Amino acid sequence: MKKKMCRVTAVFLTVLSLAVALCGCTGDKKGKSDTSITIGIPQDIEETLDPHNMVAAGTKEIFFNVFEGLVKPDSDGNIVPAVASEINVSDDGLTYTFTIREGVKFHDGTNVTAEDVQYSMNKCADIEGGEPMIPALSNVSAVNIVDDSHVDIVLKEADNDFLANIATVSAAIIPKHNEDPAANAIGTGPYKYVSRSPLENVVFEINNDYWGEKAEITNVTWKICANADTIAMELEGGSIDMMAHLTSAHKAQISTENFEVLSGTMNLVQALYLNHKFEPFANEDVRKAMCYAVDKDAILGFVSDGEGVKIGSSMYPNFKKYYDQGLADAYPHDTEKAKELLKKAGYENGFSFDITVPSNYVQHVDTATVIKEQLAEVGITANIKQVDWDTWLSDTYVGRNYDATVIGVDAAQLTASALLARFVSDAGNNFTNYNSSAYDKLYKETFALTDDAARTEGFKKCVQMLSDDAANVYIQDLPEFVAINRKYTGYTFYPVYVIDVAKIKLAK
Amino acid sequence: MKRKKNIQLYIGLGILAVLGVFLVLGLIYHPYTSTQMDAGAKLTAPTLKHWFGGDKMGRDIFTRVQEGLKTSLFISFLATAIGTVGGTIIGALSGYYGKLLDDSIMRIIDVLFAIPSILLALVFVSLSGSSMMNVILALGIAVIPSFAKMIRTEFKEQSKLEYVQAAKLMGASDLRILFVHILPNIMPTLLNCVFISINNCILAEAGLSYLGIGVQPPTASLGGMIAEGQGYLRMAPFYVIFPGVIMVFLLVGLGLISDGNAQTFVVRRSAKKDTK
Amino acid sequence: MGKYVLKKIASLALTLLAVSFVVFLLFSVIPGDPAVSKLGTQATPERVEALRKELGLNAPFIARYFKWVAGFVRGNLGQSYAYSMPVSKLIGGKLLINATLSVLAIIIVIGVSVPIGVYTAKHTGGFLDKVFTVINQIFMAFPPFLLGLILTFFFGIVLKLFSPGAYVGYERNFFGFLGYMICPAIALALPKTAMCIKLLRTNILEEAKKDYSKTSYSKGNNTTGLLYKYVLKNAIMPTITFVGMIFADMIASGIVIEQTFGIPGLGRSLLSAISVRDYPVVMAIVMLIAFGIVVVSAITDIIHAAVDPRVR
Repeated sequence: MKKKMCRVTAVFLTVLSLAVALCGCTGDKKGKSDTSITIGIPQDIEETLDPHNMVAAGTKEIFFNVFEGLVKPDSDGNIVPAVASEINVSDDGLTYTFTIREGVKFHDGTNVTAEDVQYSMNKCADIEGGEPMIPALSNVSAVNIVDDSHVDIVLKEADNDFLANIATVSAAIIPKHNEDPAANAIGTGPYKYVSRSPLENVVFEINNDYWGEKAEITNVTWKICANADTIAMELEGGSIDMMAHLTSAHKAQISTENFEVLSGTMNLVQALYLNHKFEPFANEDVRKAMCYAVDKDAILGFVSDGEGVKIGSSMYPNFKKYYDQGLADAYPHDTEKAKELLKKAGYENGFSFDITVPSNYVQHVDTATVIKEQLAEVGITANIKQVDWDTWLSDTYVGRNYDATVIGVDAAQLTASALLARFVSDAGNNFTNYNSSAYDKLYKETFALTDDAARTEGFKKCVQMLSDDAANVYIQDLPEFVAINRKYTGYTFYPVYVIDVAKIKLAK
Repeated sequence: MKRKKNIQLYIGLGILAVLGVFLVLGLIYHPYTSTQMDAGAKLTAPTLKHWFGGDKMGRDIFTRVQEGLKTSLFISFLATAIGTVGGTIIGALSGYYGKLLDDSIMRIIDVLFAIPSILLALVFVSLSGSSMMNVILALGIAVIPSFAKMIRTEFKEQSKLEYVQAAKLMGASDLRILFVHILPNIMPTLLNCVFISINNCILAEAGLSYLGIGVQPPTASLGGMIAEGQGYLRMAPFYVIFPGVIMVFLLVGLGLISDGNAQTFVVRRSAKKDTK
Repeated sequence: MGKYVLKKIASLALTLLAVSFVVFLLFSVIPGDPAVSKLGTQATPERVEALRKELGLNAPFIARYFKWVAGFVRGNLGQSYAYSMPVSKLIGGKLLINATLSVLAIIIVIGVSVPIGVYTAKHTGGFLDKVFTVINQIFMAFPPFLLGLILTFFFGIVLKLFSPGAYVGYERNFFGFLGYMICPAIALALPKTAMCIKLLRTNILEEAKKDYSKTSYSKGNNTTGLLYKYVLKNAIMPTITFVGMIFADMIASGIVIEQTFGIPGLGRSLLSAISVRDYPVVMAIVMLIAFGIVVVSAITDIIHAAVDPRVR
């Protein structure tokens, strides 16, 4: 028996070493063509490939390379012509005439025609249904073909932000002859969509017929790296070459010898959003007390290693036009003042409420944890309630059934309205139930203005008003880092949520 | 033979005693609270001030591991208690009575097995909110099926043995046969199940926090701390190592005790039989 | 025997039906809405309503359930909300990944636990028995994600035998895929192997204490003969049940392993489908798991019955 046992053990050991040897075989794959890149993305593209119905920021971020609108944003936040080569606006600001750029081809080789533009704009503005994904496009009254290379878009009311509103993947030009846009992604961008494998990857390849400057990287694999904890290992191990949206914890673990680590901000407004229908938060003094009680600098230190940017209203720093850094310190940390205000409001013994946080966002959960401690100092009891993202969406965001929540709100388009419209009392996405007739009036008046300077001034006043009212406990624009293998160079940050692969070059 | 077996039991008890001392230490020496944050101690390696180092919020890991150990023990013991009672009753009825009852119970258990426990947990928490008690309930209910299945097999085997038949002839009630006659005889299996269940509950609690339905922050739990520290594995290995070592210690200790205990039972039982 | 098998198959179908109903019911109870999930932060009540109508979510629960059953019976699993592709296509690709992982893991579990379990039972109290008991305890106590991380760290970063996360699709390179799956299979199998050894050892010792063994021993049978002729046959029974259980449990317990090693398998698909409330996908995967569990449980019952006719 003993002998037999030894034999069994021997067989097992052989199998094991074989296993290890086989593992070894996979080690030295890769490196076929050097002009390819594998970029990690934190979540899968769990939706349609129809650009007009894309919702997740993570989807639009990568499909920025495949789809283009008539105009698109550049890395400085300007709106530049794309599929259109020239734009003329009528004097009343109601009719936009787009000249279709010559020689722009779809990825299937067909030319972009006026019919395609009309079809695309009709589709994304949802002229029949009246419920476009970009709410501002409900302002479009008609899309008319002028001739083979000119298309008119007619608005119901003048809108200075119109071009900014269509400079996104959500208003991409797609071919009319594509029968199933949800499954076949055909655009005009510098990259073509090749394939996707759920939870595994999405593959793009270069579009050699691109009208603009051609990209240098020929093959792009977007690898889904759902486990945030192993990202540093994957980078070091070489299974991904680049990863964006890294946190300061990731940054600390990546060797700068092999990787260049760039820092930027996430372009979002992280705050403790308060439900104004919840009894204590309807009281302005209570909200102000909360603002005084919360120490932003401490939060930045704990959550972002001090690298985020403090904010004081619903506007983030990269939106230079409307941003006012002075607001960040409107409510300096002052527990005494907070207690005083609470007393004034009749809550001298404090109160208790729940902070609902989506559990998949570690930074928000951590922020809530710090806030809980800080509020305890002024006698307010906060209980953290983690929920999964979908529950958060349906109960908190759409259902508005919560006391307070920590979340980051971003701008879907490069317009002030994208951030400010949600605080109008009857807005469909006003999840904080903020209700101020003064704000409603100011916002609506400003929105109707056509003069750019006056408009900017008006929106700035809106931003100011949110701060004065202590509408929410504003915290920071979170820092984010991009790690890119030193084999590549040229990564460029945008003021919107996109990764532009065409800008990435091989390091010489 | 008997003495040799007990060595396992003693080692196991020894390990748990060490953990006990570790907990008691927290009562005597507690310069920090488990939620006290200190920016200066953020992710610092173990020092004389912070014996196990500081976590991502600069909280004392030593204190948090103590709290985590308490939380994990509390949750897993209560959940296992629910599982044991539920599983044993269902398994006993199913195994002893057999026939239609057995068939239907086994089908229900099959159904429960097939439903992802995450889905069950989500339902639970959504119906009654996430609290420590709900985590315990969800885990407890989740272990019932596997418990019942193992126990049922035992009851089925035992119910065919002579002593059960004898007890029946003597007019013992079914309840008496089930819980006075058979139950003591399946103790080894039962203890085995209890051990596996405590083990699974401690691990599952960590899994639940992935969906945000485990223990809510800032309360510490061993699983939660390991999950938290995973992301800092290379830069602050102590973040994972201390809760990890304590967790493995706890599980090995429990395992040795249940093992040693089971053996003692076997020995005692056969000794009893021999003297008959 | 034939009647017994038929009975098993009938109850199998019934169980599956019950599972589908319960899961469908659970899904209508939990918060979250596929329409809201699809719309994300751009959800407004009007838009959600329109999409619900489009996806047919406004029909009463029973009507939706019967529609699903009717489709399922005809082999139509529906369309994934999240990926806008047929569920069968989505699941099909994942199935092979998990089948490979499970089979590899089970081979390791059986291949390692049976010899060691028998050996340690035979040589109770021996040196190797003690060593294995300790190793066993430690492996049983090890959290799978910690084990996965240690394996990745050790094999991947220290020994550089494979690159962590560099999963190779089977359609591109089958042997590369197989090679990559070995480490995850070991991580998946180790704790189960330890449990299996312990269970087998305990059961053999139990059986050996029973009267029939003693009688047989006193009749002059030697230990080895006794072990293989009588004891093992009886002691293996709970082990078969256990192996059946863990086989069925592989997909669920594989989630952590899939996550750690970056394998795009069924477990992760299920998790992500639950989190975006993509219920056609959830239903399909749950039915698959249920099918596995029910079939395995039926087979173990049948084997039990074949080995031990009293079970019938």
